[in-house]
Amino acid sequence: MTTVTKAEGAPAPTGPDGFLSVRDLQVTFSTEDGPVKAVDGLSFDLDRGTTLGIVGESGSGKSVTNLTILGLHDPLFTTVDGEIVLDGKELITATEKEMERLRGNRVAMIFQDPLTALSPFYSIGRQIAEPYMKHNGASKKAAWERAVEMLAKVGIPNPKERARDYPHQFSGGMRQRAMIAMALVCDPDLLIADEPTTALDVTVQAQILDLLKDLQREFGTGIVFITHDLGVIADMADDIMVMYAGRAVERGTVDEVLRSPQHPYTWGLLNSMPRLDSDLGTPLSPIPGTPPSLLTPPPGCRFHPRCTFRDRVGGDRCATERPLLAPDRSSACHLGAEQKRTIFVEEIRPRLG
Amino acid sequence: MTEDLVLPAGRGTGDAVAPEPLLQVSGLVKHFPVKGGFPIRRTVGAVQAVDGLDLVVHAGESFGLVGESGCGKSTTGRLITRLLEPTHGTITYRGRDIGHATRRQLAPIRSEIQMIFQDPYSSLNPRQTVGKIISGPMEINGIEPEGGREKRVRELLEIVGLNPEHFNRFPHEFSGGQRQRIGVARALALEPKLIVADEPVSALDVSIQAQVVNLLQQVQRELGIAFVFIAHDLAVVRHFSQRVAVMYLGKIIEVGDRDSIYTRPRHPYTHALLSAVPEVNLVSGEGPQRERIRLAGDVPSPISPPSGCRFRTRCWKAQDKCAAEEPPLIRLSGNRDGHLTACHFPEEPTTEPRDEDIVLDPALTALEDRPAADAEAEREG
Repeated sequence: MTTVTKAEGAPAPTGPDGFLSVRDLQVTFSTEDGPVKAVDGLSFDLDRGTTLGIVGESGSGKSVTNLTILGLHDPLFTTVDGEIVLDGKELITATEKEMERLRGNRVAMIFQDPLTALSPFYSIGRQIAEPYMKHNGASKKAAWERAVEMLAKVGIPNPKERARDYPHQFSGGMRQRAMIAMALVCDPDLLIADEPTTALDVTVQAQILDLLKDLQREFGTGIVFITHDLGVIADMADDIMVMYAGRAVERGTVDEVLRSPQHPYTWGLLNSMPRLDSDLGTPLSPIPGTPPSLLTPPPGCRFHPRCTFRDRVGGDRCATERPLLAPDRSSACHLGAEQKRTIFVEEIRPRLG
Repeated sequence: MTEDLVLPAGRGTGDAVAPEPLLQVSGLVKHFPVKGGFPIRRTVGAVQAVDGLDLVVHAGESFGLVGESGCGKSTTGRLITRLLEPTHGTITYRGRDIGHATRRQLAPIRSEIQMIFQDPYSSLNPRQTVGKIISGPMEINGIEPEGGREKRVRELLEIVGLNPEHFNRFPHEFSGGQRQRIGVARALALEPKLIVADEPVSALDVSIQAQVVNLLQQVQRELGIAFVFIAHDLAVVRHFSQRVAVMYLGKIIEVGDRDSIYTRPRHPYTHALLSAVPEVNLVSGEGPQRERIRLAGDVPSPISPPSGCRFRTRCWKAQDKCAAEEPPLIRLSGNRDGHLTACHFPEEPTTEPRDEDIVLDPALTALEDRPAADAEAEREG
């Protein structure tokens, strides 16, 4: 790589409580074709009871980041550097035993495809009761009652009877509800939701998203919400982090990122997405090219080969120097702050209709 | 431009006036048998994937078909291309019924109706080069274009925005978006009059989706090909189609020009569908701009669909009449020409926020306005 300044390594902007803080996270997989740096110098914070939305395309490292937080990566082929601190506890160096005590208890996860994430051999009720028994030392009977209560809470009709059913007897939306019940059964502080609604129909997606929001309000859970859909993020998140090729390129509150975005990649995403109220006369303006391979990522700014604004930076700065991302509201781009604002207001905004 | 389009108003009354439609489907039914029992397996039921469907596609227009999974939109696409044979009903293509035509009878028509598939990975043969894949249809139909097939393949690659030099490469050397372009090139190879595109962009990343949508739009406009565009993404369908039909459990419940469906929907399901689309609100500081409707549960099984109106089990306006009588697909008073709705108790033609949100999901009602006793009763019931 060329000049990579120590990006994002700055000390934590200790937020109100800095409940989860990730600092300069690097995840490298060794593959047959060489090392793949799936996450490269990522830092973010999450406060209790808030939602951080991570948006990005496939291969941008958003899922890998969150598997690493839970320690679900394969330790044989993965090297992890940096810091993940959950409520004062360092997770990267934690032993497997310590992680086991956290998983399902204080940190839980909802996966994209509920059919593969649920075991076909055990009844739904038993799968929900299991973490409760393990972490709270509850009796079988008490755990079962808790499972039925959770199923009722997530809106499964006749929870007493349905708890005895197996995953194949549930519809897609109901399975995702069961997954949510399972994740929340121990009242975790942190919930990682990895594309939880991508496999669902729109009307069911709307139900599940509202359910997550309402449950968050009740349980006070911090949520890391991963998705590729900007609409879903706008609906769910308090803060947004946009990822591209293993790095965060822009962050800020929902309002800031969606209403006055500053990074050319975010502009590209907004411009290429048809909306229900967008102008029909103008064709969509897609981002040219394709996402880079992480085996040989482009030097400097990883977005520069697809960026239409790089000539406005001048010189070959984009191709040689990695742009920094400040801890607060910022975007990792060499364009000047004033330049970004004028480009957005004069060129991008009008196209959004 | 869509004002003068004429649609069949229910079975039997579909006497279309000029111009003659390219494709006319009426009373289309496709039931897949369900086998069961031991030791003798017999048919115990049927998945009523498509159950009485009427639609018209005119030459050069783009017709969108939206609905949730299991509503029969893909089956409809496959019936139109005659990859499946309908159980009942007619598919009239340029005046000829191809619903039950034999292979031989279909041969000359096959080249005029092409299909683009959803998954660009499984729809291309990994052992054939791109050149072979795209020239395949010409070979099968014995077409020898001027200057040879290879020249035509290069032309097609250029039309879809790929490097013509790449005709010797294999599919695995291309990315998802590029593969979908190969699929488009193959569909264009025989200069079809109608292309059925079944979820052509849903497997692609957001930034790539727009590239393919633009390509399809360009192809549609410049070559004047009619499209049946099947997708679950309402925003993409709105962008691409001049007329849109909304399907639910094997039936069209509302059809009309784009503007009518998206801004003046009448069927409760269309309202629910539109309100469920998560949207980026680009203007800050404004309250909800759209109504909020949250249905309860999932789509019922198409093996035993509800009687009467199929949406009634999830509808907030359902009454006894809905269970007893199937609502016909008709033009309601106040609707534009060609805007047909199948509902006994239609909604107001607007998507503005309501005085009170419609939330049917018991879990959401329990969590949102918890008068504790109510929530408890809901849970017990």
